[in-house]
Amino acid sequence: MSQPLLRVENLRTHLFLKRGVVKAVDGVNLHVDAGETLGLVGESGSGKSMTSLSILRLLPRQSGRIVEGHIWVDGVDLASLSEEEMARDWRGRRVSMVSQDPMTSLNPVFTVGDQVGAPFRYHGLAHGARAVREAAVKVLRRVRIPSPEKRLDDYPHQFSGGMRQRVVAAMAIACAPRLLIADEPTSNLDVTIQVQMIALFRELQRDSGLGIILITHDLGVAASICQRVAVMYAGRIVEVGDVRTIYRSPAHPYTQALLNAIPHLGQRRRRLHAIAGQPPSLIDPPVGCRFAARCSRRTAQCDAEYPPEVELASGHKVACWRPGPEAA
Amino acid sequence: MLLYILKRVGQGLISIVGASIVIFFVSRLSGDPIVLLLPTEAPPAVVEQVRRDMGLAEPLWRQYLIFAGNALTGDFGNSYRWQAPALSLVLDRLPATIYLALAALLFSILLSVPFGVLSAVYRGSWIDTLGKGFAMLGQAMPNFWVGLLLILVLAIGFNLLPAYGYGTPAHIIMPAIALGWYPVAAQTRIVRSAMLDVLDSDYIRMGRAVGASERVLIWKYALRNAAIPLVTILGVYFAAMLGGAFVVETIFAWPGVGRTVVEAVFSRDFPVVQAGVLLTSILFVTSNLLVDLSYGLIDPRIRYDR
Repeated sequence: MSQPLLRVENLRTHLFLKRGVVKAVDGVNLHVDAGETLGLVGESGSGKSMTSLSILRLLPRQSGRIVEGHIWVDGVDLASLSEEEMARDWRGRRVSMVSQDPMTSLNPVFTVGDQVGAPFRYHGLAHGARAVREAAVKVLRRVRIPSPEKRLDDYPHQFSGGMRQRVVAAMAIACAPRLLIADEPTSNLDVTIQVQMIALFRELQRDSGLGIILITHDLGVAASICQRVAVMYAGRIVEVGDVRTIYRSPAHPYTQALLNAIPHLGQRRRRLHAIAGQPPSLIDPPVGCRFAARCSRRTAQCDAEYPPEVELASGHKVACWRPGPEAA
Repeated sequence: MLLYILKRVGQGLISIVGASIVIFFVSRLSGDPIVLLLPTEAPPAVVEQVRRDMGLAEPLWRQYLIFAGNALTGDFGNSYRWQAPALSLVLDRLPATIYLALAALLFSILLSVPFGVLSAVYRGSWIDTLGKGFAMLGQAMPNFWVGLLLILVLAIGFNLLPAYGYGTPAHIIMPAIALGWYPVAAQTRIVRSAMLDVLDSDYIRMGRAVGASERVLIWKYALRNAAIPLVTILGVYFAAMLGGAFVVETIFAWPGVGRTVVEAVFSRDFPVVQAGVLLTSILFVTSNLLVDLSYGLIDPRIRYDR
């Protein structure tokens, strides 16, 4: 097997807050191949955003710190680089991000041309105002902004929501990165724009072999564009596998519970199943399985020790003491 | 846009008329100017004669209408004391006042913007504490005292700068510091809190995510977003400096409008007081209008249609 584009090893990211140390990411392993989309799913607070921010080293400056682990991209461990190296050679250049809310991701007081041109300036890919403008036009055309040359001097508020999302995507892909982290890129958009965004991502991937990590709590979105899905719970990945396996034969009770909470078309009479209970505190997480308190298959062993990751089939890994299909 | 400006100018005119009414009547509460103009042994008949000649025997409301009518033609009357047109007396002093206010404003910006920005970027660090302490010190010390200290240390102690007067660039330094230090505290805090908000925003993180250096992010992309509250408060302080610099002007023998007006008040020289205050209120209104118009330059979302 060839070297994956991104390999995250035993990543631990902590948030040092006044009320305690939040172990937001607590031993995450994952990899993304070139041209692949990995879905990182989980509920709010499960650590999926913190994982992605760790990869770009964009954690909250006052509180966030990677305390352990490696983030390998192209044989370089991003976790070991200085802030300057990250900005100069990596962010926006080889690793990029489309952030959570496209409506607030553009600077309101600078023109779209300035902002889309910025990555070219930072990474020295275009020199002089004219070259930067041309580069900006080109990338805006790629994300299908109509007549981009006329819109460079417009400000973000003059764009619609869907167009703004395209502009953000244009900034992210401007310098042809190898890895794109898309953090809930569609959650604030209406459905038609979501579909357009997903199509845009697919196209980029086909054209350039871009690896994508798609962070979402929407299993439907994940199913439609990801090849593989990793399910996060309370700072750890509990199950990972190709999208078909995860949706057809999930082995972890949490994954099963998540899938049961999705409404299905044409099943009007079926009740949706909420997952009882709350995720554990990440300041003082339980020693055993973190899902144990909410799990129907809980045993004494689940409370005593965190389950090791077992590979049920090629690429299908689950961290559970009693994995397997759901009891009927 | 034009409509907006016309509307604002109209509102400004109303403010100026209001100011003229207030200053006209309030200055007359200070007492009878004739008493100061004539020797104490002047016979009552002469006093009455002078009073009539100067138009001060008319009822007050009539005096105001005469004053207002003349003022519209640019005639503010002659100074009782200097026997020269009041308006030109004041206008002659205006450049010095504007010069001092601009220098003081510049000084306050040069201190408050870097301190505010760095305090936000390095929140809770020593520079944050230093900035806070430095600004508080300025706010806690009245400007006459700052002025006297500066004279004591820089002019008398080290003989670095002229103690008072007007003319060379060296003369402006101490008055500008004395006048400009007070607003530093408020401006620093405004810049700091605005920058804190902006630095936490999604678009700054997006900028970081595409490879912006911290320098570009902070001084280009963040600062402009934080500029609106700063410009607002700068306008307020600039207007206050234009109108309220008489203490500093007096300490440093600065030939500005403030000092002229204060001297005129003491000698009950009503035409000079009226001309000075009206001129200041015009400057005040103008500076506020300029501040409001500058918002549109800073933030493209602000429009003046309505």
